[in-house]
Amino acid sequence: MSAATIVSLPDQSTARIPKMNFLTRENGLLSWLLTSDHKRIATLYLISITFFFFIGGALAGLIRLELLTPQTSLMAADTYNKVFTMHGVIMVFLFLVPSVPATIGNFFIPMMIGAKDLALPKINLLSWYLYVGAGIMMIYTMAAGGVDTGWTFTTPLSTHYLNTHVISTGLAIFVAGFSSIFTGLNFIVTIHKMRVPGMTWFRLPLFVWSNYAASILMVLGTPVLAITLVLVVLERTMHIGVFDPAYGGDPLLFQHLFWFYSHPAVYIMILPGMGVISEVVSTFSRKRVFGYTAVAFSSVAIAVFGFFVWAHHMFIMGISNYAALIFSLLTMLVAVPSAIKIFNWTFTLYKGSITFETPMLYAFGFMGLFTIGGLTGVFLGTTGTDIHLTETYFIVAHFHFVMVGGMLMAFLSGIHFWWPKWTGRMYPEKISQFAAVVTFIGFNFTFFPQFILGMLGMPRRYAAYPPEFQALNVFSTAGATILGVGYLLPILYLTWSLKYGAVAGDNPWQATGLEWQTQSPPLTENFLETPIMDHEAYDYEWLEKQNIARQQQKEVASAG
Amino acid sequence: MSEQHEQEHHIVSPLTYAIVFLALLVGTALTVLASYADLGEWQIAPGLTLFWNPVVALAIATTKMMLVVLFFMHVKYSPKLTKLTVAAGFFMFLVLVGMTLADYFTRAWGRW
Amino acid sequence: MPDSTTITHDGQALSNSANSAHGEHPPYQRHHFETVDQQFDATNFAMWLFLLTEVMFFGGLFTAYLIMRNWYYPAFVEGSHQLSIFWGTANTAVLIASSFTMAMAVWSAEVRRKGALLLFLSLTLVFGFVFLGIKGIEWHEKWEKHHVPGMNFSVQAFVNPQSDPEVYKEYQDKPLAPDMAQKTEEYFFLYFAMTGMHALHMVIGAGILVFMIFRARAGAYTTGHVTFVENFGLYWHFVDIIWIYLFALLYLISRH
Repeated sequence: MSAATIVSLPDQSTARIPKMNFLTRENGLLSWLLTSDHKRIATLYLISITFFFFIGGALAGLIRLELLTPQTSLMAADTYNKVFTMHGVIMVFLFLVPSVPATIGNFFIPMMIGAKDLALPKINLLSWYLYVGAGIMMIYTMAAGGVDTGWTFTTPLSTHYLNTHVISTGLAIFVAGFSSIFTGLNFIVTIHKMRVPGMTWFRLPLFVWSNYAASILMVLGTPVLAITLVLVVLERTMHIGVFDPAYGGDPLLFQHLFWFYSHPAVYIMILPGMGVISEVVSTFSRKRVFGYTAVAFSSVAIAVFGFFVWAHHMFIMGISNYAALIFSLLTMLVAVPSAIKIFNWTFTLYKGSITFETPMLYAFGFMGLFTIGGLTGVFLGTTGTDIHLTETYFIVAHFHFVMVGGMLMAFLSGIHFWWPKWTGRMYPEKISQFAAVVTFIGFNFTFFPQFILGMLGMPRRYAAYPPEFQALNVFSTAGATILGVGYLLPILYLTWSLKYGAVAGDNPWQATGLEWQTQSPPLTENFLETPIMDHEAYDYEWLEKQNIARQQQKEVASAG
Repeated sequence: MSEQHEQEHHIVSPLTYAIVFLALLVGTALTVLASYADLGEWQIAPGLTLFWNPVVALAIATTKMMLVVLFFMHVKYSPKLTKLTVAAGFFMFLVLVGMTLADYFTRAWGRW
Repeated sequence: MPDSTTITHDGQALSNSANSAHGEHPPYQRHHFETVDQQFDATNFAMWLFLLTEVMFFGGLFTAYLIMRNWYYPAFVEGSHQLSIFWGTANTAVLIASSFTMAMAVWSAEVRRKGALLLFLSLTLVFGFVFLGIKGIEWHEKWEKHHVPGMNFSVQAFVNPQSDPEVYKEYQDKPLAPDMAQKTEEYFFLYFAMTGMHALHMVIGAGILVFMIFRARAGAYTTGHVTFVENFGLYWHFVDIIWIYLFALLYLISRH
């Protein structure tokens, strides 16, 4: 690693965490459970989603262990079905969807626009309670025996043929969906109505644009999932419905309604991560993001086009050829704005002053892995190749590249980037860089072989597979072990840093956002005085002038 | 900004509400009557017929909806953002229904 | 609780400008908003966004309905003949009237007339109950005739329309083939799902109306703070709009 670093910490012998901050303002359990402070709610979310991440991760470990051998060795095939279903449901709905928005978004969107809180603080708290409720229902489902339909709940398997806990899972996801809707609603209102004077749309940090786009998807897409789950529950209980051919229904109708949400859902998951990358790439290149307007509009374009492509999950299910053609064409279009972002981040790096602190390492990981994942999406969006690749490990590899290699890396990048602001303390740099590299290596060993497995024809969701696939599976499992270490380390050293980390000061990264212009951790009201926004986003010259002015103020104060 | 707020707090008169109310009742009567009449069809192409009854019923329903939205829900006097939000709602609803139906309607067209 | 001075991290005591303005804003303005107008704008916009989610929520049901109706048109026609046009039209008129009284309630709050506000909120609630009562009558009738899907559903009236003289007199339906007659169960599934979901929203609305009537009596909405009434009005009108479409789609398929 380069010895160069942009970190500028205060003098550790005299620096202290500010006594008055959002963590110390009030004490006691109730002050946390009944809080309306967006920063406390974000902290509650961070703890809860980390908890569910590890449950989902443990399930992933079980999957990889089972797949070490071609036969079903560890568990019955039915159990394996339950394991991968719960893994998918928990990771998608209880981790990825809320990951960046509910934690980093909740904490920093108000600060980035200069506001004191989100527009609807009580709804924000309700969102968290709905999330916790959904989590409890999910734990109940697992304890009661789980569900084995796959996270996609395809009918009539889920409505007619299986005896597992479809209803409780469906209800849990319904509740989690409303948690997501309220978060998105809150963000949209906040971003429209609570920007401080001078904070025009095109001066917003790109993180805000990305979350805004994701919020539109949350608000417009999630309700369709909600009604779909209601219909599935009704069909299971009343034994009549619109999805079962025996009654005259159409199983494809379920898939249309399900994927109408679940495709935009993948953009809900990735867009906030892309927002993080914009912030991190700019800060660690000391350069404004190249083509700000293009990146901002591409976020919105991804959101809009993301609504038009859902049936590319259904190419082999029996939709008409004409519909498949249209959806395939539209899928090609939606790849373009994502590519624009990758290009623009790359151009941001060009002639930038690059340093390799942990957030930047994760960001580099994102850019490479998301690109690979995204490109493989093009193969899948092409109907001809999709017929061969769908329902194989190619799909599994594709979405893990974008979600884990992409989104999860972006989440970790964001957590490390904003950790000093959130907690007032720096994480330990060397071990965190090591963990980032371990994660990158582990990830590639785990998931790259799965592309090959998929092309060779190994189907997904099978506990047993032909013996010729074993070598690659063993390789993948070995990688998963390394990946597990990479994810475990941050828990350990971040917790350690809460007590022993270096005091961070206001702006250890010398970043330009409004959130860095106040103390770490922030006050409950965020800012002592409402900030006025009088400069463009990512204006490092403005930051220089601020620093000089503050330096002069200090000298005057200490002299006088 | 203040102009916008004057707009928002524009108080719609009870007379307007009463007229809209009556219009809605008239619309209801019309749509019931129309359902009893056979309004015929339009043969756009062989195998593609448009029946007028559902078109008329939906048109009347949509007109009633517009009256409720514009006047009872004050959208006529609301800021542009509200109007944009309502339009976005319609659009997304049409995308959901339209693109899903596009699959169903083209299945019978058979293979290439 | 909130201090009027805050000690900053470099030891200076600053008077918090937000707190010093404590006396300068109406009591119903929340502290994270700068002005009352911002609060009104924001909450109004939030309610509209919530209504968008409701549009998409019902949208799924409408999509299912449109497909099934297209596939099983004869079954849907004869199924709809089992619905009473009298009760359906009456309910539509009742709900439209309740939208009118709700709009008048918002007006009353805006011109600060507490008596009128109470009157119109109460009328809206009454109309809401009338609607739900009529719905109950209709559903009960379906139950008696074994037209509730999944519960001893009977296709008798569709395979042999003359066995239902009341309806036959009006429409002279042709008998349906058994497999098409069976699809009337789909029609009724959608009927109950859509009107049931609608009724659920009305029950929630009625509950909030009761709450509002109590608050209105205490004068909460006639001192300039009309936001709650206005935003609830949006919700109530939206529920009315859903019914307008349900009526057209479920009741008025074809009665000629």
